[in-house]
Amino acid sequence: MAAISVENLTKVFNGLRAVDGISFEVKEGELFGLLGPNGAGKTTTLNMLATLIRPTSGKAFVFGFDVWKERDKVRKSIGMVFQEPALDNYLTGRENLEFHGMMYGLSRREAKERVKEALKIVELEEFADKLVETYSGGMKRRLEIARALVHQPKILFLDEPTLGLDAQTRRRIWDYIKKLNKEKGVTIILTTHYMEEADFLAQRVAIIDYGKIVALDTPENLKNLLGGDVISVEVDNPRNAKKVFEELPWVKKLNHENGIFYLQVEKGEEKIPLLIKIDEKEAGFKIKSINLRKPTLEDVFLHFTGRTIREREASQAERFRERAKRHRR
Amino acid sequence: MEINFTAIYILWLREMKRFLRSWSRMVSMLMMPLFFLIFLGFGFKGAFFPGVGYTKDYIHFLVPGVIGMTLISTSTMAGLSVLWDREFGFLKEIMVAPVSRVSIVIGRIIGGMTTSLIQAILILIISIGMGFSFYNFSSFLLTVLIMILISSGFIGLGLIFASVMRDIQGFGLITQMIIMPLIFLSGALFPLTNLPRFLRYISYLDPLTYGVEGLRRALVGFSFLPFWLDFFVLVSFSAFSIILGSYLFEKTEI
Repeated sequence: MAAISVENLTKVFNGLRAVDGISFEVKEGELFGLLGPNGAGKTTTLNMLATLIRPTSGKAFVFGFDVWKERDKVRKSIGMVFQEPALDNYLTGRENLEFHGMMYGLSRREAKERVKEALKIVELEEFADKLVETYSGGMKRRLEIARALVHQPKILFLDEPTLGLDAQTRRRIWDYIKKLNKEKGVTIILTTHYMEEADFLAQRVAIIDYGKIVALDTPENLKNLLGGDVISVEVDNPRNAKKVFEELPWVKKLNHENGIFYLQVEKGEEKIPLLIKIDEKEAGFKIKSINLRKPTLEDVFLHFTGRTIREREASQAERFRERAKRHRR
Repeated sequence: MEINFTAIYILWLREMKRFLRSWSRMVSMLMMPLFFLIFLGFGFKGAFFPGVGYTKDYIHFLVPGVIGMTLISTSTMAGLSVLWDREFGFLKEIMVAPVSRVSIVIGRIIGGMTTSLIQAILILIISIGMGFSFYNFSSFLLTVLIMILISSGFIGLGLIFASVMRDIQGFGLITQMIIMPLIFLSGALFPLTNLPRFLRYISYLDPLTYGVEGLRRALVGFSFLPFWLDFFVLVSFSAFSIILGSYLFEKTEI
């Protein structure tokens, strides 16, 4: 059985289709990413799956339980890390986690035990008895990840888990997430608008834009859709070079501009040595520089939506402002 | 709809920990009733005006009123504290837990009631230091019962406001537009018999009027209204506001 299955899920806020008929499935043990700009509908989707808001139409199931009709059963099997911190600042880290454990029906002893374990995973034992008020942003996020583990959920929802964190902390959180998925077999769904995060963590990525899923596959396959890597080669004699490059069987597509050739190939890193082996005298040109560029998910997003994520975020914000204005009138 | 006792206990425990850790909040909450108690109590110590005469002196008239005042402000704020949890995101953590909303509401009410009663009893102790004496000691239990009714009613009212308001902007407004008028209308500080007739009629719509009257009966053995009426109104008010407050909270989506 799929850990999560979503059929035609839709949420309308004030006439705006925040999530617009999306469907997907997540396998048990999978690390699944929802990638898209802010306002694309990722958080709304996650909140519906976590039983916090009611779907306008469509269905979603977590381990076969309907997310609205069987909320309590769903709640028991999920752990959630929200985008904004959801901690009690007047409690210590440990108390926040124990509170959580007991809300999920653990006995006091069990809760204490599990909290200890969870704190160890995120390396916060040292600060466990300090008030959360004194924590840094990264520590709070780690504490929240630990908290979501206390009741040992089968599925973990992470809403923008590294938003606003510095590069080092982000890296650390990525490691925890990977470890959890690998070692504990927790199914993880995360939303992000960081390309490299989705690429690094997710086994499959759904690209979501304006409330719709525009593409869904492994990061590798998505990038391969664009036709593979691009090697750019600068030469001193383009005329001769052109003849040689056109003969190469592994070049899928050849463009050239200002003395630089763009070779579309697969596994670019293996093709560079072949280029270097070309005999200068025989071919009649010299290679001045070689550059390999692998497509990123950013290119994939651009390909499917015609814009980069950053541009999209700007226009999305505009759209909401417009909407708000019209509403006020 | 099942009631989850562990959840109620842990919600109560959280309330206690927060209460004990934020002394400044408690002090600022107790400031107003304390000022009224000290300055009016000493200021009008020997004064006599119509209506007060049934009690020993003005202090004995004032103390039940100030206790009612403490209860209405601390309890309403306890109900409204849902808004703080929403502001700081913690409400989401509570809402996503596999606990029935009813248990959450009960935990919050019991927690708020405990802190509210502790503060009211503190005021009572201070007033004993100022020369207030019980009419008879067995009435203490009755006092606590009335306190519980007042407190639960206004926590429910706070919950109702919390679900209507959505953010914390209206906090000051509630204090000025709701709590203060209710205190002045309740006859906590002066006998209602001195008010013009039309204001007196309005005061009968104020649940705190019955609360203060009930406390006065329990603490000093005197009240203008019959005790059964006080009790009846308080029970109905408390039941009504808790049920409506829970219902509105139950419907909350994040």
